[in-house]
Amino acid sequence: MNIEKIRNDFPILDQEIYGHQLVYLDNAATTQKPQCVIDAVSHYYEKDNSNIQRGVHTLSERATADYEAARETIRAFFNAKSTKEVIFTRGTTESINLVASSWGNANIGKNDEILITHMEHHSNIVPWQMLCERTGAILKVVPMNEAGELDMAAFSTLLSERTKLVGVVHMSNALGTINPIETMIQQAHNVGAKVLVDGAQAAAHMRTDIQALDIDFYATSAHKMYGPTGVGVLIAKEALLNAMPPYQGGGDMILMVTFEKTQYNALPHKFEAGTPNIAGVIGFGQAIKYIQSIGLDKIAAREKVLLDYATTKAQSFAGLRQIGTAKEKACVLSFVLDGVHPHDLGTILDREGVAIRAGHHCAMPVMQFYKVPATARASFSIYNTEAEVDALFAALTKAKDMFA
Amino acid sequence: MFSLGDLYKEVIIDHTKSPRNFGKLDPCSHDAEGFNPLCGDQLHIYLQINADNIIEDIKFEGQGCSISTASASLMTQALKGKPLSEYERLFEAFHAMATAGMEEEPDQEALGKLAVLAGVKEFPSRIKCATLCWHTIKSAIEHDDQPAITE
Repeated sequence: MNIEKIRNDFPILDQEIYGHQLVYLDNAATTQKPQCVIDAVSHYYEKDNSNIQRGVHTLSERATADYEAARETIRAFFNAKSTKEVIFTRGTTESINLVASSWGNANIGKNDEILITHMEHHSNIVPWQMLCERTGAILKVVPMNEAGELDMAAFSTLLSERTKLVGVVHMSNALGTINPIETMIQQAHNVGAKVLVDGAQAAAHMRTDIQALDIDFYATSAHKMYGPTGVGVLIAKEALLNAMPPYQGGGDMILMVTFEKTQYNALPHKFEAGTPNIAGVIGFGQAIKYIQSIGLDKIAAREKVLLDYATTKAQSFAGLRQIGTAKEKACVLSFVLDGVHPHDLGTILDREGVAIRAGHHCAMPVMQFYKVPATARASFSIYNTEAEVDALFAALTKAKDMFA
Repeated sequence: MFSLGDLYKEVIIDHTKSPRNFGKLDPCSHDAEGFNPLCGDQLHIYLQINADNIIEDIKFEGQGCSISTASASLMTQALKGKPLSEYERLFEAFHAMATAGMEEEPDQEALGKLAVLAGVKEFPSRIKCATLCWHTIKSAIEHDDQPAITE
């Protein structure tokens, strides 16, 4: 794999920060965008900008065709059964909120149980807490071990006929852990529970076959997989979506409106009220094509080599404590350094051109588990290099010396 | 261009490593908690203010970065044994320093030792770290029921 060639696809990487070559290691927050995605978004605004699904003129027909083509690209990438099951949203957070509101309000009652895990992002905790407050349902949490792996025995024990939904993150943004969702889905289905998989972090790094895994609800965001911000997807089984009430009312989601009654539109439009992020969806489709042009399996293999390289360096770095050492993990090196607070690390590294995240990563319960207020997190992507990992550790040495 | 040294001055590193007036004050007349929701920093400030409005004692505890710890440590030093009017004056002076334009020199006379934190204004994402303790003491003294946040 030619990493230099891949780097050239990302114009943003070619810049200096405070006199240093930019080293972008905050990919778990958002990835950079290849030129082809930027071009697809520009092309829409330069040539095709118009509203979709209703125009009779040429621009609208072109824009609609490109928007729907993106839906098919995304369906194929995740192997969903039908484009009717592919709902565009603002991102993972909105996708989860859609399920918690629409499916949750219709299907969850007092003393029903929602089972999530200790390593969920706030976006897969708070919507369920809100649902529990509305309905009197009970939120249960699967614990994890010191390595940041789910306690699967506890998971089996916590599952029961009262469990109506299991919400699980495919890959933890704070720890890098890849969860055994296949087993979890099987076990959940055995007790009749539905499963929502938060794919925001995993989607760019590993294959997700929605039909093979038998996922009921799958949520992910374009911007963590080289696509634009503000757009994502909910992929859900057609039968579930058909039975769910609409999430938002408005234009595009209707067939017929009178003041007495509204007849809702068919899937997927029933859940896409209002003018969507058309350019974003088109850019999302292009981002998927970009991943396919390299090959997701090749990406995963290359990223593992880089993570192993960084992990080895981390293990021999005095005073560094890794947070998250699961056997199955990808692309995330989360850590604390003796004597230097993560935010100071973030500032010092920035002045060396190295962009990392410092904070709670929207996973405060994970911080509470490890009894740290925050961690520093370097997260990798397909365009990162061993030289960049070296730059990270050189900057860490500098930070350590400053507080020595 | 400002360098890291403008932010991480020796005094700041020193106060980070050995914060002054660190710990709990029990009993105390005033206390409050402060949070920086962005980064999870937590601070608890305790004050003993007497009938003559003198800050007889002040302590802080919590978890935070170098800038928030040093800022709290320096604040307690500046206010211990001082009248409340001194708190009001320094609060204004510190706020003015943190939000001043890049070119403006800090008012050494008004700020005293606190002027070492003037470098934060060059690091916009870190200003809230420096001001957290001041927001927290404000809510302690004004008996605000809500914990102070920096947003």
